[in-house]
Amino acid sequence: MSFKGLPEGVGDRTQSFRDAGYFWEILRGLGITMKHLVRNLRHTDEMPTMQYPEEKRVYSERFRGRHRLTQREDGSVRCVACQMCSTVCPADCIEIEAAEHPDPSIEKYPESFTIDLLRCVYCGLCEEACPCDAIRMDTGIYEIAADSREKFVVDKDFLLNNDTDGTL
Amino acid sequence: MELFANLLGKIEALSSQNVLILSSLIMALIMALVMAACAIVFTWMERKVAAFLQSRYGPMRVGHWHGVAQPVADMLKILQKEDIIPAEADRTLFTLAPVVIFIGSLLAWAAIPFAPGFIASDLDLGLLYIFAVSSLAVIGILMAGWASNNKWSLYGAARGAAQMVSYEIPLALSTVPVVLYTASLNMNDIVIAQQGGVANWFLFRDPFLFVAFVVYFICSIAEVNRGPFDMPETESELVAGYHTEYTGMRWAFFFLSEYANLFLVSCIATAVFLGGWWAPIPGLPLAPALNFIVKSVLLVFLHMWVRWTLPRLRVDQLMYLCWKVMIPIALICVIGSGIWLMVSGQAS
Repeated sequence: MSFKGLPEGVGDRTQSFRDAGYFWEILRGLGITMKHLVRNLRHTDEMPTMQYPEEKRVYSERFRGRHRLTQREDGSVRCVACQMCSTVCPADCIEIEAAEHPDPSIEKYPESFTIDLLRCVYCGLCEEACPCDAIRMDTGIYEIAADSREKFVVDKDFLLNNDTDGTL
Repeated sequence: MELFANLLGKIEALSSQNVLILSSLIMALIMALVMAACAIVFTWMERKVAAFLQSRYGPMRVGHWHGVAQPVADMLKILQKEDIIPAEADRTLFTLAPVVIFIGSLLAWAAIPFAPGFIASDLDLGLLYIFAVSSLAVIGILMAGWASNNKWSLYGAARGAAQMVSYEIPLALSTVPVVLYTASLNMNDIVIAQQGGVANWFLFRDPFLFVAFVVYFICSIAEVNRGPFDMPETESELVAGYHTEYTGMRWAFFFLSEYANLFLVSCIATAVFLGGWWAPIPGLPLAPALNFIVKSVLLVFLHMWVRWTLPRLRVDQLMYLCWKVMIPIALICVIGSGIWLMVSGQAS
């Protein structure tokens, strides 16, 4: 092969006779894939693939899943409608309407509390901003599915109900 | 065909001509079924082999065990697909191309000896006939590429035609040493000449034949357009090559022919180099057809193994490999085998 006219250094690398035909390297490559095949046939369970709906990956407890609203001991919503979470939310997905609480020691409660799960970026800032530990993302739910965009806008009752799966 | 001809011949109501026509039809039907079976078995096999080579599972859902019913699901899906013919396409050629390719691969099955007496047509020029009709695929590919009126298709077709025409030469040349040994192009004769154990298979008769087998195998990969020689398809540059514009059942015909051709080249290799229906150890109580099919399927596996291991060649490298490496080696094998025959005195 001629390297005339090409930049200096091109063609300096010489191939040994053994490498030039690629023959041994092809056989070596075939050996590697066969090694994988045999190993995977013998230890099928050890393959990294996960059979997803049946098998699920275990996430850490700090995993930020779908939100929930926590409750007081009497079952009422802990949220005091201070608007901290909706203010800090970078995706602007939390919508709170405040109302006066009948108990004079509690100033306000959320008349409605909606989260647009399609807008949410799961950053967790709402959790951190909340002064009352009223909103949490510790449900571990990450499979959120619905058949219309409207259904992704979830309300207070939905968020208070902690034991639902991902289907909205 | 003789098998059915003998059976049908016992029915007195049939004239000898009718017997011939009927037994031919039965044989053609069987071969078409063999082709369909190829597509069904090998699509599943290809996916599983590819998956396990890459540490994946492959299809696991359809059918109870490892997605065995996946081909059925695929077929049902293809049947439901819309049949699209591009507005600017040449309609006649476009609809004809898949049929031509399919017929090309179906015709070649006529001369494959699966078992003693089980051969559709016991041609004296069997080997030559197979290589001749399997070249029909080139026309089909060119027709598909041209009729689609799509640049990807045309490039794919041009590459495919160049590749298949080139690789046919070393492919046919690499079987010539075997013909030197048998002094016959009849597929039955070639298989019968390999009677006895592994040592009598043409693969191990002399070193040149072994090299010829390697050449045959490499060229057969190129002949059926599979990786690392899948130039006509090259999904990363040509989308899908010559069948870019095809959908539904028309596309399925290309797919069917691809897998049928894969099995076909493996069957030829089995018959010519690997002792056909003879068992590896003489006297082993195995059905002849079973021997033949197991050997061929192992070769198909080898094709898949190579495909999922090696990266694709560049077009010029592909042509270099054919004209400057494979053809000279094949020619040397022909001469070498001839000299070996003369010196060892095995000439028949």
